[in-house]
Amino acid sequence: MLYKIFVDPFVQMGTAPDLLVQTVWDGLVGGVLYALIALGFVLIFKASGVFNFAQGIMVVFAALTLVGLHEHGVPAFVALGLTVVVMFLLAIGVERLVLRPLVNQSDIILFMATFGITYFLIGFGQLVFGGNPKVMIARELFLPSGAIEFKGLGGFVSLQKIDIAAVIIASIMVAALAIFFQRTRIGRALRAVADSHQAALSVGISLEQIWVIVWFAAGIVALATGIMWGARSEVSFALQIIALKALPVLILGGLTSIPGAIAGGLIIGVGEKLGEFYWGPLLGGGIESWLAYVIALGFLVFRPQGLFGERLIERI
Amino acid sequence: MLYREVGQYKTNYAADMAVFPILQDRIGVAIILVVAFIVIPLAGNDFLLNAVMIPFLIFSLAAIGLNLLTGYCGQLSLGTGAFMGVGAYACLKLTTSFPQVNIVIWILASGFFSAAVGVLFGLPSLRIKGFYLAVATLAAQFFLEWCFIRIPWLYNYSVSGAIEVPLRTLVGVPVTGPTATPLMHYLVVLSIVVAMTWIASNLVHGRIGRMWMAVRDMDLAAELIGIKLLRTKLLAFAVSSFYCGVAGAMMVFLWYGGAEADVFAIDQSFLVLFMVIIGGLGSLIGSFFGAALIYILPIALRAIPEAFGLPIRPATAEQLTFVIVGMLIIVFLVLEPNGLARLWQIGKQKLRVWPFPY
Repeated sequence: MLYKIFVDPFVQMGTAPDLLVQTVWDGLVGGVLYALIALGFVLIFKASGVFNFAQGIMVVFAALTLVGLHEHGVPAFVALGLTVVVMFLLAIGVERLVLRPLVNQSDIILFMATFGITYFLIGFGQLVFGGNPKVMIARELFLPSGAIEFKGLGGFVSLQKIDIAAVIIASIMVAALAIFFQRTRIGRALRAVADSHQAALSVGISLEQIWVIVWFAAGIVALATGIMWGARSEVSFALQIIALKALPVLILGGLTSIPGAIAGGLIIGVGEKLGEFYWGPLLGGGIESWLAYVIALGFLVFRPQGLFGERLIERI
Repeated sequence: MLYREVGQYKTNYAADMAVFPILQDRIGVAIILVVAFIVIPLAGNDFLLNAVMIPFLIFSLAAIGLNLLTGYCGQLSLGTGAFMGVGAYACLKLTTSFPQVNIVIWILASGFFSAAVGVLFGLPSLRIKGFYLAVATLAAQFFLEWCFIRIPWLYNYSVSGAIEVPLRTLVGVPVTGPTATPLMHYLVVLSIVVAMTWIASNLVHGRIGRMWMAVRDMDLAAELIGIKLLRTKLLAFAVSSFYCGVAGAMMVFLWYGGAEADVFAIDQSFLVLFMVIIGGLGSLIGSFFGAALIYILPIALRAIPEAFGLPIRPATAEQLTFVIVGMLIIVFLVLEPNGLARLWQIGKQKLRVWPFPY
């Protein structure tokens, strides 16, 4: 038994490096998508202190809007533009109707309010676009399909082109966000709000405006995630459950850190796939559903604020 | 007019610290108990008992359990559904291994298994706080859910993978199983819920409750005045999981009469959390209000279009229910963030000083 746990998986890794590379690649791609969802969480948490449970459903809602509009005969890129407008309206709506009346309430109340948003979006999305799974319009958006196969390492390694596109788009988006945060006036205002609401207000930064911007940015991230995820499988409400996987990513990286979200996503993605592939059969399979949480829990016991989170200083 | 305490003098400390210090409150509780134990069984039909009262009571108990942990001790948990599942599966194993023992005893005993699991997953709470802890409890949720599906021993190797509730009797009358009547279910559920609410009320009004509240308000300060954090937090996890476990066992044995693992999925955890927050954090009566609102609201919403004779497809009705529940949660939080229990308090205060404004 000990041999099977501690030795055998590594022997397998050594004897079949192509499988190992394939598994790690799959994990990396999965991790990038988790990281993208976690990124949306982090953006909102940093700027408004809201633990936004609705990020998962925002991904579904954005993808559904895009596909739904295209189904009604709107050309693909016009539909993309319209979806961005819809996400902007959603951001304004959330700020006006939820955040502004609930300002200065305790964290758990705001958390609860995002549940309300989740329920609303589930019902609204199904009402408007129907509850059936849809196919993402990958071809119309000029996303590649098919796979590249490498020969070598004693076998075949196949990389889906869409996965490569996902990694590239995710990197571009993270870079763009980093520049936006570091180099622009609004980015500076965002960081100021993240540091302290009161201090930001006192130097004349409008909290309302910042919140709209942040929720809009999270909406754009959600749209990109939705397109990528939808192109890999399909657009359905089941995605919302998968989006819960972003939570361990989030706490692993630290709730307030963008690099943390990326690193956490990759660690969780790779760890989960390796665990499922090499150790899963020992436990009867399906351990993917909880392994991510256990990995995150293990890290948290040693670093309660996450890998890149700000150290908590408590005062009486 | 009727509700005021004029002329009710308290002559000793115990009377002053009573849970219901005002005579009218005690009369009110007595009336509620009489209605619950006598009027509803006599007047109610099977639909009222099965579809409204039994689930309402069971969810109330689960909400009380989570409220003890989240509302009183301040530890946010998203594993309620799984802890309820532990209770249900423990009860199944116990009653099939020892069929001669009374089922009510096993329903209560299954809570101890749930409590043990709760303590285990409560251990990280010593180092992890707030939302980090909430996600950590998700580990419990998903791991236990996986166990319910993947370990056939838990559901006695039944082909369907579901819990099949066997026939058990109490003083010769069937309590669980296919031949038991809703009335019998209702009476057992009601008795257990009333007894456990009474115990919970005593817990939170006593030394343990004060310890929990001190930890909730500021755990560092609580530690400095000599409260042992580890013991207090784990006790909260244990008691909370005990309540949830009993609620889960009752849910399967006295309501569904058979269930699969997905009954204890994460949705259930969120549902109970809704009840606690809408009802009011740190309030036992709020747990009942929350359970009533969250459970009965969708039923009522579904019944409304039928009552008006509007032709709405079931799927559309379902989606509209989601939209409306979502909006109501937000509207409600905006209007009264402290929950229904706070409204209740305000109402009582207004009654006491009526007809004067204050």
